[in-house]
Amino acid sequence: MARLHEYQGKAALRDHGIEVPRSGVARSADEAASIAREMGGAVVVKIQAWTTGRAALGGVKMADTPAQARAHAGAMLGMRIGNFPVTELLIEEKLDIARELFVSLTIDDAARRPMVLLSLEGGTGIEDRAEAVHRLAVHVSTGIDRAALEAALAGSTIDEGRRGAVAEAIVKIVETAAAIEARSLEVNPLVITGDGRVMAADCRVTVDDYAVFRHPELGIEIARELDHPPTELERIAFRVEEADHRGTFYFARLPHSEDDPKLVGFHGAGGGGSMMSMDAVTNAGFTIANFTDTSGNPSSAKVYAAARIILSQPGLVGYFGSGSGVASQEQFWSAYGLAKAFFEVGLSIPAVIRLGGNSEDRAVEILNDACKELPAVVEGYRKDDTPQFCAERFRELVEASGDRLQGTTREVPAFVGKAGSLSVKIDRGTLWVDLDACDSGTTALVVRHSSGLLKDEGGKPAIALSDEELAGKDSELIACEVECRRVGKPVVFVDIPIEGLD
Amino acid sequence: MSILIDADTKVICQGITGSFGKVHTRGCCNYGTKMVGGVTPGKGGTKDENGLPIFDTVKQAVDATGADATMIFVPPTFASDAVLEAAEAGVKLVCCITEGVPVNDMIKARAVVDEMNGSREFTTGSRVVLLGPNCPGIITPGPKSGGGTSMADPYTSTGCKIGIMPGYIHTHADEAKCTTGKRVGIVSRSGTLTYEAVWQTSELGMAQSTCVGIGGDPVRGLGHIDCIRMFQDDPDTDGILMIGEIGGSEEEAAADFIKAHVTKPVAAFIAGRTAPPGKRMGHAGAIISAGAGGKPTGTADTKIEALRAAGANVAETPADMGRAMAAAFGL
Repeated sequence: MARLHEYQGKAALRDHGIEVPRSGVARSADEAASIAREMGGAVVVKIQAWTTGRAALGGVKMADTPAQARAHAGAMLGMRIGNFPVTELLIEEKLDIARELFVSLTIDDAARRPMVLLSLEGGTGIEDRAEAVHRLAVHVSTGIDRAALEAALAGSTIDEGRRGAVAEAIVKIVETAAAIEARSLEVNPLVITGDGRVMAADCRVTVDDYAVFRHPELGIEIARELDHPPTELERIAFRVEEADHRGTFYFARLPHSEDDPKLVGFHGAGGGGSMMSMDAVTNAGFTIANFTDTSGNPSSAKVYAAARIILSQPGLVGYFGSGSGVASQEQFWSAYGLAKAFFEVGLSIPAVIRLGGNSEDRAVEILNDACKELPAVVEGYRKDDTPQFCAERFRELVEASGDRLQGTTREVPAFVGKAGSLSVKIDRGTLWVDLDACDSGTTALVVRHSSGLLKDEGGKPAIALSDEELAGKDSELIACEVECRRVGKPVVFVDIPIEGLD
Repeated sequence: MSILIDADTKVICQGITGSFGKVHTRGCCNYGTKMVGGVTPGKGGTKDENGLPIFDTVKQAVDATGADATMIFVPPTFASDAVLEAAEAGVKLVCCITEGVPVNDMIKARAVVDEMNGSREFTTGSRVVLLGPNCPGIITPGPKSGGGTSMADPYTSTGCKIGIMPGYIHTHADEAKCTTGKRVGIVSRSGTLTYEAVWQTSELGMAQSTCVGIGGDPVRGLGHIDCIRMFQDDPDTDGILMIGEIGGSEEEAAADFIKAHVTKPVAAFIAGRTAPPGKRMGHAGAIISAGAGGKPTGTADTKIEALRAAGANVAETPADMGRAMAAAFGL
């Protein structure tokens, strides 16, 4: 689930009436010093990174003067927390804390509603003190159970005079979570200051990936639980996901080292089918660089884009594709997309693809045959070949290959962009046909494999539909390109550049 | 004879003129499902490519056709409204196939459905049963009696398929390929693994009574326990195969239920054993939480342990799901 930084979460809390410390976000040491100066007095400097235990990592420091703030900021901005390079710091007024409380809201799948965990006796080590934790359900129309909340407060050692303010803050935390559609919102600690104010001193927020589109105000770039700022590749993949809704495409980069000698690209199909295939290839000793799922009748163009994105990751020694054995989608569309991606990059590492499901025989034949001239061994398998079998076969091929990719780029044929070639706008790209290379036999071949989109006009291929109709097409034309290539007539090229890669 | 649906179930499709609604309405018609119409606001009074009448509202569709089930293929933002429209129109089984429905929408929709039923659980007596979202649907297979390529020549005349699963992989107990006489009820959070399990059980000579893909979202309709209870009570189900995933605590709760209430043989599989904590594996609900004190919750291992302790035969790998079921039967 998509994460917010502390400063973003606090802004949302503040917008919903919860008091938060005065603060500013610094992206340089100078900025940190000037924010501290404006603030006056002691400040806290905190790294903004998606991690826990920042204090122990040296990511939270007190500064009594702007110069100290500058020094801390200088040290922190060079830090790297796991996969997260620190680029932003929160400079916050230092609070006079009299008491710390713990408030955490999560969507509870068993209760089927938000559930608030509340510890009124301090947040540290809360997990070891289950008896001190209250669980309060949030009802969909009436909100948090006020009576239960008040009873919990009445049974606590919190000053009677402050209980009302604490209750109010908790109610507003719940309202904030609902407003931004949080999957979880933790305020730890919620503090009572020496002068009796109730404030959110820290917060961790995740937002429902499926609801991110309704909340542009949150500025979430990629609706995913990343432990690092989005990489360029993740941005590229997410743009493909967002642009093409025919079937699903899910790309998540998993933690790995590019030097891992067992690093492979993973391309699943179907949620559970992908997970079982991931299990199989991981158990065969491989590290998967990414978790990717294309399913729900994806277009050839989408499978093509997924394969290109997977193959652009440096360090891969193989490409493993496997999902359910009985995918309820026409698998030949996937085979066309994969074949196109593989020969565009001149694939040199082994690929094992389990294409079980509807039209699997046709899919396997297309993939194996279309890729036979490649330097790589590409093998398609069917539903009766288990993921374990495919993973074992994959292991043999990778061991025999010894090759390793440093990312890939595509090769575009010479007739693309040439005067005299047929060039027509299609969905997100352009169809190119090398008319000079089309004799009557080749023209007939192109037309036959074009699903009626092209026709023979004076012995050369021409478009059979209006420009507008063709502008929405892609998969049929990818099929046409692959079929022509299979018989040694590479006269068709579907140019669907991937923004950021090509 | 099965749970929730049978050959007499009359089905409509909400979103019948959309690209997915269209494809899968045809698929259900060709299987032999009694499709009786569809709903697309603004297109009422017209017919779809199969000649099915289209209505503006679910209420109109129910009044005109007597539909008792619906299959929903509307975009995620409209899905929870579509669910509630169907429930309020009196549809008994609401199957929401749509993926990507915000969890807050489902919390609200589920709360309304539960209120209508006066219960937080679904039983065969529920006024409305919700299935999904983000699921493949439900099928009660019938014996193959035709080609399955058109409405005029359906695959079977006594089955019912509501959803996107391939029909041909299923086996009915009357078919010759059901050599063991055993009828398995399948319940699964994963669509694709359901198909895999169906295929494997069929290959091993077993039939399926009903297969329910309950979907991969954290808040949804039918759960493992609802289905397991119905299968336990169904005289035509001989054993239960349950397929879970990482994330949440439903499989653990199901294990407790199995231990206390289930007398039929149970086999199980849990997907996502090698998933790293904190990473969503495609499905919105498939994520291992960091948990209190850094101890991850919702892992495959805790679920497998709970199910084994409840007496279920848990398959080590997905390729063993069918064999695990056969072994649970003592075959």
